[in-house]
Order: sequence, then C-alpha cells, then structure tokens
Amino acid sequence: MTPKKPFDPAACREEFPLLADPPGGKPMHYLDSAATAQTVAAALRAVRRHETMTRANVLRGVHFLAEAATDAYDQARRAVARYLGVADAEEVIFTGGTTGSINLLAHSFGSLLAEGDEILVSELEHHSNIVPWQMLAERRGVRLRVLPVTEDGRLDLDRLPAHLSARCKLVALTHASNVTGAIADVGRIVETARAVGARVFLDGAQRAPQGPLDLPALGIDFYAFSSHKLYGPTGVGVLWGRRPLLEAMPPFMGGGGMIEQVSFAGTRYAGIPRRFEAGTPPIAEAIGLGAAVGWAGGLDWAGATAHEARLTGRILDGLAGIRGAKVIGPAGLQNRLGVIAFTIDGLHPHDVCQWLDRRNVALRGGHHCAQPLMERFGVAGTTRASIAPYNSDADVDALLAGLDEAVARLA
Amino acid sequence: MSDELYHRKLVARARGAVGKGKLDAPDGRATIDNPLCGDRVTMEVKLADGRLAAVAHQTRGCLLCEAAAALIGAEAAGERLSDIDAAVAAAKSVVEGAPAPAGCWSALEEFGPVRTAKSRRDCVLLPFRALAEAIAAARGTTG
Repeated sequence: MTPKKPFDPAACREEFPLLADPPGGKPMHYLDSAATAQTVAAALRAVRRHETMTRANVLRGVHFLAEAATDAYDQARRAVARYLGVADAEEVIFTGGTTGSINLLAHSFGSLLAEGDEILVSELEHHSNIVPWQMLAERRGVRLRVLPVTEDGRLDLDRLPAHLSARCKLVALTHASNVTGAIADVGRIVETARAVGARVFLDGAQRAPQGPLDLPALGIDFYAFSSHKLYGPTGVGVLWGRRPLLEAMPPFMGGGGMIEQVSFAGTRYAGIPRRFEAGTPPIAEAIGLGAAVGWAGGLDWAGATAHEARLTGRILDGLAGIRGAKVIGPAGLQNRLGVIAFTIDGLHPHDVCQWLDRRNVALRGGHHCAQPLMERFGVAGTTRASIAPYNSDADVDALLAGLDEAVARLA
Repeated sequence: MSDELYHRKLVARARGAVGKGKLDAPDGRATIDNPLCGDRVTMEVKLADGRLAAVAHQTRGCLLCEAAAALIGAEAAGERLSDIDAAVAAAKSVVEGAPAPAGCWSALEEFGPVRTAKSRRDCVLLPFRALAEAIAAARGTTG
C-alpha cells in the first residue's frame, strides 16, 4: 500500500473548487459542513466523466454505454464498501440519503416487528432518526423509547440498560451528534443492546465524513450516511446492513430493477442490494460518491483529525471569551467532532448567522432538525459552526471576529 | 433607507418590544411557528366597531420578527380592520422590494433591506400572519 501523504490543510482546501476559487473572489469561510460539505474535485470529475462519456441506465441495457455505466456504478459500490471496511459490497445499498436509508429501514425491518416490540432512540437524534420510527410506531403499534442525554450533550449510557427490555428489537442512535458533536461509545451501546438481543443501527451522517470505518468491527447491524456530507454530490446516500438481516427484509419500494420475475400471479424480488434499489438509481451521484470516498479514503486522517481538533479547540476557547456565550455540548475535545453549537445571551441564532454572512462566514442557525434536543436544553435554537478538513485558521479568525462584532452591534 | 439589514432603527424597535404582553379576555388569538427556526408569535386582539381595539403579542424570535411584532404593537391598535388587511398585504410587498405605503405604516420601510435576504422574509411576516389569523379568529371566520 502506498504511504499516505502527510495531511496538508492548504493542499486539502485546493481540492475543493468552491473554496479554492470562491465566487466573487472573496475568501469563503465555510463552517456549515455538518449540513452540506463542499464537493471534492475528484467527485466532480467523476460525475462529469459519467455524464459526458458513460451516461446510460444501469443493469438494463446491453449497449456499451449501459455496460460502462453499470461498471462505474458497481465500482462506486465497491469503493463505498472499502471505505466502510465491508468485504461484501452487496451489503451496500444506495439510497437518496441518510433520511432515505432510515425510512427504508423503518419500513422494511419495521415490517418484521410485532405490536408491543420496542425501538430505542435518544434525545440526541436528528429528526430523520425520530420521525420514521414514530411513523412505524403508529403503523404497527411498536413502542418508541427515548434515551436521555447528559448535561454535556452525550448519550446517557449509564441509563441505557434501564431503557432496554427483552422487547427491544432495535437500538437506533446517532454515531455522532449533528448538534453537540459528541461521538457515541459504540462498544458500550453494542454490548448493552446485545444483552437483550436488540439489533443496533447507527446514524453515521456526521461521523462517516470523518474518515474510513470498520463497520463489522464496530459490531453493529445497520449504518447510514449521506454523500453530500462526505464531499460528494447531493441526492445519494447509503444504507449498510449485515447480509442475513437484509435478506430477511422485504423491499420498501416496488418497481423496476428490484425484481427477479413479475407476473399477475405474483412477483419474486431480486436479491440484495437490488431489491432495495427500485427504479433508476441516482447513478451519477453514486459514481460521484464513489470518487468522494476514494478521495477521503486516501487522506491522512490522523493529521486531518488533529488539524480539525486544533481548530475546534480554538473555537471553544474563543467562545469562552465571548460575553453570554454558552456551548451546547462537550467542553473538551475528547470524543467529539468539530461540530460546535452555541447560544449567546440576547442574540438570536439567525441574526448571528446573518451578521456573520457579511464576513463570508457560513454558519447554521436554528434547531438543526433536533427539536427534542433543543427542548431538553431549553432553547429554541442554536448557532452552529462545523469543521471539515479543508477549514483553516483564517476561517476561525473570521468567525470569532464576526461574533465579537455581532455581540457589540446586536446584543 | 440603506441596504443594512440590522440598521439602528430596526434594532431599537426590536428591543423596544412595544405591545409585548397579553390582553384580558381577547376576542381572538393566534399562534404561529416558523418551522425552520422554531420562532413563535402569539397575537391577541380585541375588536370593536370594525376596528382593532387592542392588540398584544408574545414573540420569541429574531430581531426582524421582534421588530415586526413591535411595529404592530405600535401602530395597529385603533386601525380599521380593512386598513389592517392592507398593512398585512403591504408588509408582504415591502419585503419583496416594493416601497412602503404612506401613513402610519410607512415605518414598514425599515424592513425594506429584507428584499435581499429571501430566507428572512418569513421572519418579518410571521407577526403579520399571526395578526391576520387572530383577527380572523375573532371574527369567527376560522376554527
């Protein structure tokens, strides 16, 4: 294996066209990667290459374009499998994104559940890992249980055993919070869930962009993430599951491409992954994702993670010096991503974001699709800065200077 | 008026919070949320002789939302209901770039810069929508 080049933040930034050559020529301080990361050039090239040289439908045609498109689509699946540490690429299902993946799981895995069975989620979840399960609960009489969070915005795993019964069939938790940045202790979750025979699903939307994974080693059963947070195109994501579990699950959507044989007497479904990919899939997007994970898989993540942690520390230190600022999440850098949500007394998150936009600092304000968590912390919303490997000290400088200015002018 | 969104007049109006509070036995009440940010406005109204006799609001929102609610608190009481309808329509037009009307609602010009911030227009309109719904509730024209 070729040794990885040591992480170089400036070189990394150059790989992202929008940051290397920002619109309007002004430096772009993009601190909203937890919502949508910028797209890496390798993904853009792969999409363009497909659209201009191999565009056709997949798994259907015999002409050379169809063969080339199918080959590129399959290669993308294998690239994702490598990034996830998965030997069997057919366990990788392309979906529309994390939300699509969780809805698929809630319908297909959920259809195997009986009234009175339980699913555990937490206060830390994105709405995408709450609402599909609530809808399942309404459809099938499944009971939803909710694990609390600690004061510093982590899953309260001390209380996990008390929230699990023998009726619990699935523990569905975030791998890393899109609000507090807290990274879950997966080993402890899996061990506790296994003790009652529950399966484990992790929402990897925030963690997957932070370097390659080894999902089988984590001991979990299902995993989901989105391309657009992993430096790839929008409109595509992944559900991974262990083969025996996926094979036991009925399809979610019916249509072309997911069948073996159709007649009015009955339909036989295809095997995995096709049975879960009805209709024409997001072909170009999946190919772009394949290139994005190829790029991310080649990054020196030890170096990138240290760089991100240093920037995160600078933001946390800077916030500590701003009058009325309060971080919703872990105070330190241990087991946390560079996702920093905060409030400032007397300042509304949208006013903060709007003010910072004047300095070309892109932030996110609001409830971050985590209203139960906002309620838990007694706030309507927060301002959030999120760090990716392409961020720089200049981005942090602009953020902190803009916050000082916003406090002086608006608070 | 400059293109500065957070000009001093607007910030001062928001901080002034004119009309914040509750009415005793209002004829109509409406609460509206902005699902994008979690902001919430409750408007309470009393009607008499075709006019808005009294109005009060409880607002949890950004400066734009707070300022719009305060403008209503300052100007709406005593107005004919037809003039209120016109003011609500004018607020929608102003945030899209139209000039503010003459008269007591001329202060709507303070929200003119919102025309360049499309995602923030609803922040201004939330209190006006709540006002319209509260009046409709008082008239018995909505549930």
